Amino acid sequence: MFAATPLNRRSYRNQNVARAVFFLMTVALVIPVLIIVGTLVVRGGPALSWEFLFTAPRDNMTAGGILPALVGTIWLVVVALLASVPVGVAAALYLSEYAPDNLLTRTINLAIINLAGVPSIVHALFGVGAFVYFFRFGASILAASLTLAVMTLPVVIVATRESLQAVPQAFREACWNMGATRWQTIRKVVLPNSISGILTGVILEVSRTAGETAPIMFTGATAFVAFLPESVFDQTMAMSYHLYYIATQATDVSEQLTFGVALVLIAIVLAMNAVSIGFRVYLRGLKKW
Amino acid sequence: MDNGQRGDYAIETRGLNLWYGDFQALIDVDLEVKRGIITSMIGPSGCGKTTLLRTCNRIIERLGYVRTTGSVYVLGHDIFGDDVELVQVRKQVGMVFQRPNPLPISIRDNVLFGFRLHEARTRKVSVAEENEVLESSLRQVLLWDTVKDRLDKPATGLSLEEQQKLCIARLLPVKPEVLLMDEPCSALDPAGTEAVEEMIWQLRGDYTILIVTHNMAQARRASDECVFMLLGRIIEHGRTEELFLAPENAKTADYIEGRYG
Repeated sequence: MFAATPLNRRSYRNQNVARAVFFLMTVALVIPVLIIVGTLVVRGGPALSWEFLFTAPRDNMTAGGILPALVGTIWLVVVALLASVPVGVAAALYLSEYAPDNLLTRTINLAIINLAGVPSIVHALFGVGAFVYFFRFGASILAASLTLAVMTLPVVIVATRESLQAVPQAFREACWNMGATRWQTIRKVVLPNSISGILTGVILEVSRTAGETAPIMFTGATAFVAFLPESVFDQTMAMSYHLYYIATQATDVSEQLTFGVALVLIAIVLAMNAVSIGFRVYLRGLKKW
Repeated sequence: MDNGQRGDYAIETRGLNLWYGDFQALIDVDLEVKRGIITSMIGPSGCGKTTLLRTCNRIIERLGYVRTTGSVYVLGHDIFGDDVELVQVRKQVGMVFQRPNPLPISIRDNVLFGFRLHEARTRKVSVAEENEVLESSLRQVLLWDTVKDRLDKPATGLSLEEQQKLCIARLLPVKPEVLLMDEPCSALDPAGTEAVEEMIWQLRGDYTILIVTHNMAQARRASDECVFMLLGRIIEHGRTEELFLAPENAKTADYIEGRYG
C-alpha cells in the first residue's frame, strides 16, 4: 500500500539530479579559490622571507622586497576607512532612522545605487579631478584614499542600512514608548544590535580597498619610492599597483617575485579581515546575554 | 484654554477626527476616561479603537499620512499644544502592545531602561536605588518572585506572559499616570491571559488604564467602564456591567450579543 509509485520514483530522481547540480555549482565556486591560493602559495611562497617583507625593491624591481608597498597599502586602507566609515554610517543612520519617505530620500537612494555601479576607473578620473586638482591635494595618499572612500561608500551605506533595518521595529517602538528620543533609541538599541552587520560591510570594503588598482593609479600611487610615507600628503607605493607594475611594466622580474607579491596582498587582506572579525566578536561579547 | 487644568479626567478628547490619507478613521470622538479606573474599548476590527488608543500618546503620528483635528487632553493638558514635548507625553502615557516587545537585553536593563533614560541623566543614582526601583516595579506586575533569581538573564528568554508583564513593569519606573494597552493578552494562552488580567487589576487605582480588547468576556470581567466603538464613532460609553446588561443603543446590543463583529 505504501510502495513507491512510478511518479514517486520520478520525483526522487529529479530531486537527486537537482541536488547533484547544486552541489557541483557549489564546488565550482570553491575550486577557483583553491587553485588561486594554491598556485600563489606554491609559486610565490619561496619568495617570502623577512627580507622580502622588510626591505625596499632593488635593481629595477627585480630584486629586494616590498616594504614601501606594504606600508603604503595599509596607509591607504586606514585613511580610506577613516573617511568612508563615519560618512557612510551616518548617512545610513539618517536614511534608515530619520529620513521621511519622500522624493528627496528616494532620489538619494537611487544615487547611492548608481554610485555603487560606477566603474572604478571612472572613480579614478573623478578622484584626479576632484582631490588631486580641485582640492589641490596633489597625487598623495590623501587623494588616493578619498577616491577609494568614495568608491566604497555605497557599500558601507547599503550594508549599514540593511543591518539597521534588520533590527525589529518593535525594539524602536518599545524605546519610543518609554520616552526615548530617536538618538537615544539609536545609541542604546539600534546600533548595539546592528554593529556586527555594519562591520561585515566594513570588512567587505577593506578587501576591495586594499585590492583596487585603478582608483589609486592616478591619484597617489607611484611605481617606486624608496622611502616610507610620512604623512598623508606623500605619494606612496601600494601592493596592488606594485603587482600591476611588476607584472606588466617592469622587465626581467622573476615569476617567483610576482607571485610572492600577490600572495602577500591576499595575506594582508585576510589579516585586515581577521582583525575586523576579531573586533566584531569582541563587540558581540560585550552584550550581556 | 490649552494649558488650563480641565476636569478630573485622565484622558479627554473633544471633537477628535483622524484621517489616514483620505480614509476617516475617527469621527467626532468625545471620550472621557476617568482617573484611576480601568476603561476597556471594544468594537469590531477596524472600528478605530486602536487608532484612538494610539492617538492618546501621539504615537500614531509616526505614520506620515495621518491628519487630525480636534483636541486630546491628557491630565487636563492639550497634547497637541505648541509647547508640548513628545518625550514628556510618553513618560506620562505608557503603552503596551499586542505582542510583547522586550528589548534584547537583560531583565534588569529592560526594567531600568526608561528610568536610566530619564532619572539617571539628571542626578546620580545609586545601585541600591536602582535595585529598589527594579524590585518594586517587578512586584507591581507580580513578576518579582518568578524572575528575582535571573535578573541578569535575557528578557527574551521569558515566556510570552512574563514578557508582557515585563513590558508593563518597565513603564512604571518613570511614574506614568496613564497606561494604554493594545490587546495586551491577544498573544497569550488562557492561563497567561488570566495572569495578566489579574496583574492589570492589581495596577488599578495607581494608574489610569485604557485597554483595547477583542475579547468581550475580558472587557466584561476586567474593566470598570466600557466604550463601544463602531466605524470610527463612539456608540456607547458607560459602566461595564450596565453596558453589557442593559445597553442603551441597539447597535451595542447587537454587538455584544454577537450579531456582528
